Amino acid sequence: MPDAPATATEQAAGKPVPARHGTTTQHGTTTGPSPEPVRLAVRKTYKLYVAGAFPRSESGRSYAVVAPDGTHLANAALASRKDVRDAVAAARKAQDGWAAATAYNRGQVLYRIAEMLEDRREQFAGVVAASESRPHADAQAAVDASVDRWVWYAGWADKLAQIAGSSNPVAGPYFNFSLPEPTGVVGILAPAASSLLGLVSVLAPVLVTGNSAVVVASEERPLAAVTLAEVLATSDLPPGVANVLTGRTVELAPVLASHRDVDALALAGAPPGLEVDLEQAAAGNVKRVLRRDASLADWTEDPTPRRMLAFVETKTVWHPVGI
Amino acid sequence: MASTRFPYAPAPESRAVVTLRPSYGLFVNGEFVEPSDGAMFETVDPSSEEVLAEVASAGPVDVDRAVTAASRAQQEVWGPMPGKERAKYLYRIARLVQERSRELAVLESLDNGKPIRESRDVDVPLVAAHFFYYAGWADKLSYAGLGPAPRPLGVAGQIVPWNFPLLMAAWKLAPALATGNTCVLKPAETTPLSALLLAEILQQAELPPGVVNVVTGAGATGAALVEHPRVDKIAFTGSTEVGKAIQRRLAGTTRRLTLELGGKAANIVFEDAAISQAVEGIVNGIFFNQGHVCCAGSRLLVQESVADTVVDALKSRLETLRLGDPLDKNTDIGAINSSRQLDKIRELAGSGDAEGATRWSPECVLPDRGYWFPPTVFTDVAPAHRIAREEIFGPVLSVLTFRTPDEAVAKANNTTYGLSAGVWTEKGSRILWMAQHLRAGVVWANTFNRFDPTSPFGGYRESGFGREGGRHGLEAYLDA
Repeated sequence: MPDAPATATEQAAGKPVPARHGTTTQHGTTTGPSPEPVRLAVRKTYKLYVAGAFPRSESGRSYAVVAPDGTHLANAALASRKDVRDAVAAARKAQDGWAAATAYNRGQVLYRIAEMLEDRREQFAGVVAASESRPHADAQAAVDASVDRWVWYAGWADKLAQIAGSSNPVAGPYFNFSLPEPTGVVGILAPAASSLLGLVSVLAPVLVTGNSAVVVASEERPLAAVTLAEVLATSDLPPGVANVLTGRTVELAPVLASHRDVDALALAGAPPGLEVDLEQAAAGNVKRVLRRDASLADWTEDPTPRRMLAFVETKTVWHPVGI
Repeated sequence: MASTRFPYAPAPESRAVVTLRPSYGLFVNGEFVEPSDGAMFETVDPSSEEVLAEVASAGPVDVDRAVTAASRAQQEVWGPMPGKERAKYLYRIARLVQERSRELAVLESLDNGKPIRESRDVDVPLVAAHFFYYAGWADKLSYAGLGPAPRPLGVAGQIVPWNFPLLMAAWKLAPALATGNTCVLKPAETTPLSALLLAEILQQAELPPGVVNVVTGAGATGAALVEHPRVDKIAFTGSTEVGKAIQRRLAGTTRRLTLELGGKAANIVFEDAAISQAVEGIVNGIFFNQGHVCCAGSRLLVQESVADTVVDALKSRLETLRLGDPLDKNTDIGAINSSRQLDKIRELAGSGDAEGATRWSPECVLPDRGYWFPPTVFTDVAPAHRIAREEIFGPVLSVLTFRTPDEAVAKANNTTYGLSAGVWTEKGSRILWMAQHLRAGVVWANTFNRFDPTSPFGGYRESGFGREGGRHGLEAYLDA
């Protein structure tokens, strides 16, 4: 029922409840001496996702998240530079273990994320529809594409090295091979245009290749990112491998871009005016930068291996051959 | 230890094979031309301080002419040309390099100061091999795994260093040309001559005008190239400091960038290693090319139980190295490339003394003229010392010790660089475990400083990004 007002069924399925629907009433129950008690909905507090936990911002700040149609949706945590640093520390701590996991294992974890997301399709459709003021069917399609995208990337875990690696026929008695390895900690500015599919499209290629991530969610539409964090938290993804921050991009992105322990940046959601500054800051420790213009304008397009290859390093190993 | 040095009669390679011109212009649009403002600079033989020639200094106007020529050649000739025809030009270049290899080797040693044995046996053969390898890719790009029809980027601005002047030019030119790009090459200020001889070879190959242009000059010339709006891609090999400046300069543009920067590689020797082979590898790792090698094994990490044995064997091996005339075929250690580089090496070695490390060099008579630094080993080095952290880019080895493989990995990775690493052990599983854990773009196991056109080369972290060599090297010049 696209475009229909939220129904009790949708609310039961976990659709986020805009403030105007903060109470549920039942029709036709206003007569009689003892009216049936009104049930007050339990609202969710939208928090950060750092090191596998859901803390509020250490700053204690929050900001109002408003749908394009003006509806107040929630108050999200307004992360601080300290939260960025905590998230980077968590990502660094988790990265070695995640990279050392077998490719089969990483692939299964990503597939598990797809399973968890599939399980909550209705909830996410509601979040996306409300956040982006999109028709429900449209939001549903974005959620389905997001699930499918996790599945697509999951399958790459144990295949990327086979297409991006090589055995190199050097002119001498040496065995020589090259293989892709994760770059390390990747800072991601999630795109605003598509708050779930866009986010999944930039996060999945970073994770499947063995990197850890610090995501700055879309400032205007952060709710799908926070809700996705709940999926990540229940998908056997080791704590710290993915971290999600909400807040002001202009405040958080420069901290991420200049952080010495961040190895790469995905600028998909960089505000246009900020790109030059972010890239310049990134040069401080020679970060790999995937520019905004390298991002798909339309996140529904089929992805290519490009976003994975942007966050891997090629290692080449030589050994003599002899008896 | 008694000296085991054998007397050697001089065995000089003849300079006669090289005809030096007193003055060299810029190579733009297929011709040698005078710089627009007439500015020239001198290039010297670092082993004698003799002036070899004067060379044009390209200003922004000259760079613009070169870029314009490259851009036109890309759009009108080289881009539209079928890959199989581009391939044949590259094969021609490879063959001409082979034919004129002795001339190139002597000129390289003259201008750079490296031993003729290295320019003759390593640099120039690899130059030919690179052109030959990438020639074959030119008509096979749709099979490179970069999409069905990858497109060239356009004009590539390529800035190369002075340590392997011709080889680095080949690493840059060959893949760029194979993929249909045209090039503006900026050789290093102290070593411009071999690139200009290569330009003559390109004329002999009848490479269409403008496909490769050579603009000589100092940092300002490179900056003009980096800032030129019609350069679509910058490929830079050089210092991390300049690399970062270039990355900053290209921020917010659509121009592509690959960087091959500094290094501080660990060469790790385990107690079960074949010690005499490891010692050869250590020597090759840090004293090859006077240590002017970004991937040099400048930190020796030796397992504590064999530290004394390895260091003693290393010292006795160093006693046999011959330092002197780069054109002598017996010479192992040539001249430092420039007085500026010599100052830098002296300053950093001095910091080693000041911070408490122990300096050792073999008995070694340095020539009176020219720029020279003896092979030097520092022991008692702590990880915090500057000589353990900063790239010296000279024949200076810092020795540290470790007890466990975990400690070796931690110390090896304790650097902002990540270009290369070496591992010496007879245990296969340990080699692979070490190779997995070392954060470096190239890991040499039971060997060091091997290069091949089929083998991707490039760094992790502040050693840069992008790869040169192999199929991977094509990515730097293609819009997939």
